Amino acid sequence: MSEPAATVAPDGACAPAAPTPATEVVLAVEGIHCASCVQLIEMQVAAVPGVAAVDVGLASHRARVRFDPARADLAGITAAIARVGYRAWPVLAAGASRERARARRMALWRLFVAGFSMMQVMMYATPAYLAIEGEMEADIAKLLNIASFVLTVPVIFYSAAPLFANAWRDLRLRRVGMDVPASLGLLVTFLASAWNTFVDSGPVYYDSVAMFVFFLLGARHLEQAARERSGAAVEELARLQPARANLLPDWPRSMRAHEVAAADLAPGDRVLVRAGEAVPADGRVCEGRSLNDEALISGESRPAAKAPGSAVTGGAVNLVAPLVVEVGAAAADSRLAQVVRLVDAAANAKPHWTLVADRYAARFLWAILALALAAAAGWSLADPARALPAAVAILIVTCPCALSLAAPLAFSAAIGNLATRGMLTVRGHALEALAGATHMVFDKTGTLTTGRMRVAGVDCAPGAGEAYLLALAARLESVAVHPVAQAIAMAAAPHAQLAQHHAIAQAREVPGAGVEAHVDGVPYRVGSPAFVAQLAGPAPAALLRHGGSRTLAAVGSAAGWLGVIGLEDGVRPGARALVAALDAAGVAVSLASGDRAPAVAAAAQTLGVEQAQAGMSPDAKRAYVASLQAAGASVAMVGDGVNDAPVLALAQVSIAIGSGAPLAQTRADMVLMSGAPADLAHAVDTARRTVRVVRQNIAWAALYNLIAIPLAASGAMTPWMAGLGMAASSLIVVANSLRLMPSRRARGPAAAAPSAALPAAA
Amino acid sequence: MDILYLLVPLSVVLVLLIGALFWWSLSSGQFDDVEEAGRRILEDDD
Repeated sequence: MSEPAATVAPDGACAPAAPTPATEVVLAVEGIHCASCVQLIEMQVAAVPGVAAVDVGLASHRARVRFDPARADLAGITAAIARVGYRAWPVLAAGASRERARARRMALWRLFVAGFSMMQVMMYATPAYLAIEGEMEADIAKLLNIASFVLTVPVIFYSAAPLFANAWRDLRLRRVGMDVPASLGLLVTFLASAWNTFVDSGPVYYDSVAMFVFFLLGARHLEQAARERSGAAVEELARLQPARANLLPDWPRSMRAHEVAAADLAPGDRVLVRAGEAVPADGRVCEGRSLNDEALISGESRPAAKAPGSAVTGGAVNLVAPLVVEVGAAAADSRLAQVVRLVDAAANAKPHWTLVADRYAARFLWAILALALAAAAGWSLADPARALPAAVAILIVTCPCALSLAAPLAFSAAIGNLATRGMLTVRGHALEALAGATHMVFDKTGTLTTGRMRVAGVDCAPGAGEAYLLALAARLESVAVHPVAQAIAMAAAPHAQLAQHHAIAQAREVPGAGVEAHVDGVPYRVGSPAFVAQLAGPAPAALLRHGGSRTLAAVGSAAGWLGVIGLEDGVRPGARALVAALDAAGVAVSLASGDRAPAVAAAAQTLGVEQAQAGMSPDAKRAYVASLQAAGASVAMVGDGVNDAPVLALAQVSIAIGSGAPLAQTRADMVLMSGAPADLAHAVDTARRTVRVVRQNIAWAALYNLIAIPLAASGAMTPWMAGLGMAASSLIVVANSLRLMPSRRARGPAAAAPSAALPAAA
Repeated sequence: MDILYLLVPLSVVLVLLIGALFWWSLSSGQFDDVEEAGRRILEDDD
């Protein structure tokens, strides 16, 4: 597994490999509105010497830059971004949230100015709409026009300023961005209206101007809010890591703590984590017992019990009592930091749909400009009075925003949704591929079973009680340590007092057979049926009826058989439901395991999996996946994410399940940290819904433009209708994408009930 | 109808006044977190 670190996948997504000497920063970038902005920023930053990789997310408004600290610095990178007209700052820097609050206020204020001016300009415009020709005195009309002008000036020069700034930047760079047609339309309408107010007399369109700006800003504001909500999952993860830690320099001699920055903690440091605080770094408990809520990191909603020696994860919230923790890894290498990096990389990765939309957006804009010009020329021959409104309507009504937002927003909402449940989407194509998967191959039985024995049933001889039998067996087996003994001890724990009165002596373990001991002076045996039969005589057939599928632990004395405890490899809770759900969803499930045939067959039988292949080498697995693919299947491979890299790479999408594997080494496209099979079903469902939403979005955006452009060109659509339609079309895309967000009620720490902390016995 | 020569400019002034009022409320942070105030009622940490 000594893979070379930090590879960059061809699609631009950074592989989540081990850290290289290079530094990585995440920058928030203000002013991204379109796919071409993304390309532009990527080009600019990549040109800075020393930058190894750059990746800008259209939906997340974030740039991830990996650079060599010896040759490049942060200031140089932000300067490069500023040169092309965007503002960037580090996401986790102290000023980031203040900067964001400031940007939010500015946006709100611009929106308010536009909205309020619009309302008032409408009032002034009403008489002109209602009056019959010649009914209104000329100087009253002029007065109303001047008043409208006065109130439209701030809309144009203040509210719409970012629009013009973006358009100007695009023009200076000799390209056409999303804001160019809209700015052109606005400016032409405003100047024509001003001309008609002060120099000539003719129709004015101040109401349309104000309304368009208001709608456009309103749509952008809502879109921004949506983006923040869908990015909130990652933010929430990043915020989990506390900034400060209570270092205990003299522990255990003294509990005197002093505060240090969490980023400065080094492995071996001891820190105090009070109840209610977040654990500052990964490490091990030295002192104290408590419960930790790790829901956001592992996806496990039940708080985990912690005692001296237990591992704790940075970002987990310590719920009950203070803990002294020895730091095991520096903050930047912590599991949480890795999780945040993975999720962030996924949010920036560009799925296939986005790339398609990007490619067409630029051509689309050129076509719009040409079309507007043609419409203006055409109408000025036929009916010069309608040339201006028709051209402006075309410029305004077309909405490449809806088209280019269609995919990224839906994907980021879905990725955020999955992340809140402990499912990380590492590569951008994962959701698409998962949605299209026709086969799901489980790489190991261990992904569906716990790998631990558990008591499945007890068959008692007449006169003995189940609980008593378990308690007795547990006491007899207390000298043994093998999995059967542990499973019985687990199951017997609630009934332990039932066998407490017996005096047990001379207990000895017979390897491979069981345990023999004297109970109140009478010899008893627990173990394989054959071992017990030597003492108790032939077994009654009724007791051995489960012998085929279960491992049996028999209990008997010289007086006869007491009963038989049946054990099986525990199926993970929800595994059966998962297989059933996948079946219902039309996904064929198969097991391709390297384990022995009986174990695989038993697991397959319990789970209801029909296709199970046992004893497979990695090469055989590869051949198996390849043969499925040759038959036209789209394969999702589920494994631990580390082994069998070639198989994982061959499958259309690979999913790592379970929290055992180190995240930094994962080669999977998705990681399910909780390891709960139900999450896998949820992931498939979410992936399918995402692709459906993206299709709807793209279909809607295409349909909208197809209908709106001819209407505008024919002059049937006035500029105000165009403004309304344009804003509505992007809002519909945004609202549709937000359906993929987790519902507010389903989230939050309230879901974790501390009373459920104890693992259910058997 | 002459009154319009007074009323229309007056409405412009009024718009600017209300704008200034909103600017004040915005810059004093009233819209930064609109949920917090509602939550604070339910918390009893005093």
